[in-house]
Amino acid sequence: MRLPLLALLARGPAHGYELKQDLEQLLGSAYPQPNVGQIYVTLGRLEKSGLIEGEEVEQSSRPNKKIYHLTDAGREALRAWFEEPEDEPRVRDEFFMKLALAPQTGLADQIALINKQRRRYLNTMRNLSKLAAAEDRDNRIAHLLIEGAMLHLQADLDWLERCQEELEELE
Amino acid sequence: MSESPTPLLRAEGLVKTHHGEGAPARAVRGVDLSVVRGEFVAVTGPSGAGKSTLLHLLGGLQRPDSGSLWLDGERTDAYTEARWAVERRKRIGIVFQFFNLVSNLSVADNVELPALLAGVTPRQARAEREELLSELGLAGKERSLPGELSGGEQQRVALARALVNHPPLLLADEPAGSLDSKGTREVMRLLSRFHQRGQTIVLVTHDARLASAADRVISFFDGRIVDDAELDGTPPRRTGISGVLELKD
Repeated sequence: MRLPLLALLARGPAHGYELKQDLEQLLGSAYPQPNVGQIYVTLGRLEKSGLIEGEEVEQSSRPNKKIYHLTDAGREALRAWFEEPEDEPRVRDEFFMKLALAPQTGLADQIALINKQRRRYLNTMRNLSKLAAAEDRDNRIAHLLIEGAMLHLQADLDWLERCQEELEELE
Repeated sequence: MSESPTPLLRAEGLVKTHHGEGAPARAVRGVDLSVVRGEFVAVTGPSGAGKSTLLHLLGGLQRPDSGSLWLDGERTDAYTEARWAVERRKRIGIVFQFFNLVSNLSVADNVELPALLAGVTPRQARAEREELLSELGLAGKERSLPGELSGGEQQRVALARALVNHPPLLLADEPAGSLDSKGTREVMRLLSRFHQRGQTIVLVTHDARLASAADRVISFFDGRIVDDAELDGTPPRRTGISGVLELKD
């Protein structure tokens, strides 16, 4: 959450609630929405580490609000974020460990493990399809997020299929 | 599974072996399957697992070496080719990966033909065709030849043709197999829509995205059913969907 908030502040100063709304609008309903408390906590931490600065603004009929802006250090942190490519997803996979170790334990069957995992993925896939159908057609970013998740799941399902092919042959 | 209503489709002990060059390929090795009215069942598995052969058996396009098949409670073992052809016009609609449209007939004629063959009046065939094509977003394409349409459009014509006689059962064999991802989404949306209106569908696909539109997914490996799962669509706890979509801290 830290860097997305910094990125939103790179445009110009904003207060916490504005940032929440911007994030929601950008990512659509697909992305699990951060609650406003989470955002305020993160902003507090960013301020403490000197990446943003807050300024109290008086409001006539409401409590003061704090408007944040990016510091030079914050801008630098953001630049470094964009600079670095991200880790590959799923380099460590707990399911793989279960599959590899199951036969030695006598406690679980590999094919049963695969079937259980597949059901889980298929249910998630179904939910993603529903989300995609419900999401505003024009929100491209939100659709790309959902599509990315679906393609990852598809790859995982393909891999489960490969596992099953290999392991069924051994039976 | 409870068998209280007569299943629309029931198979017992289906076996089919292909004898080509080389060793005989045991495509379907003893399949029991029951599909009730209104169900949307996807059969998934790797290519070569025998899923298409299974679908062909269910639609009478191929005959099993052994085993039996019931359509709406009626045993089909003694059906002749001609009888199956009638069933495929009236009770079973089929869409294929490569559409199988008649290339020198217009879109309108492709859709109307099975209705006319089923004995519907030309006027009614036209009315059905108009309704389906507009429903499928193909109004204005009636006079086109299939070759003038995109893959996605051709598949929609094929869907209209399959549904023109309101068959209780729709069989779909890799319907998005030759489509791009936009075409795939379109097919998925349409199958879901017809299913919501009560259409019973059996879909064969290797595409998990497409399969997830179904409410029951059968995993098919090496000629056998290895898993048969109802998708309930309830998000599991914290992981599942939100975990998949979560951007990292």
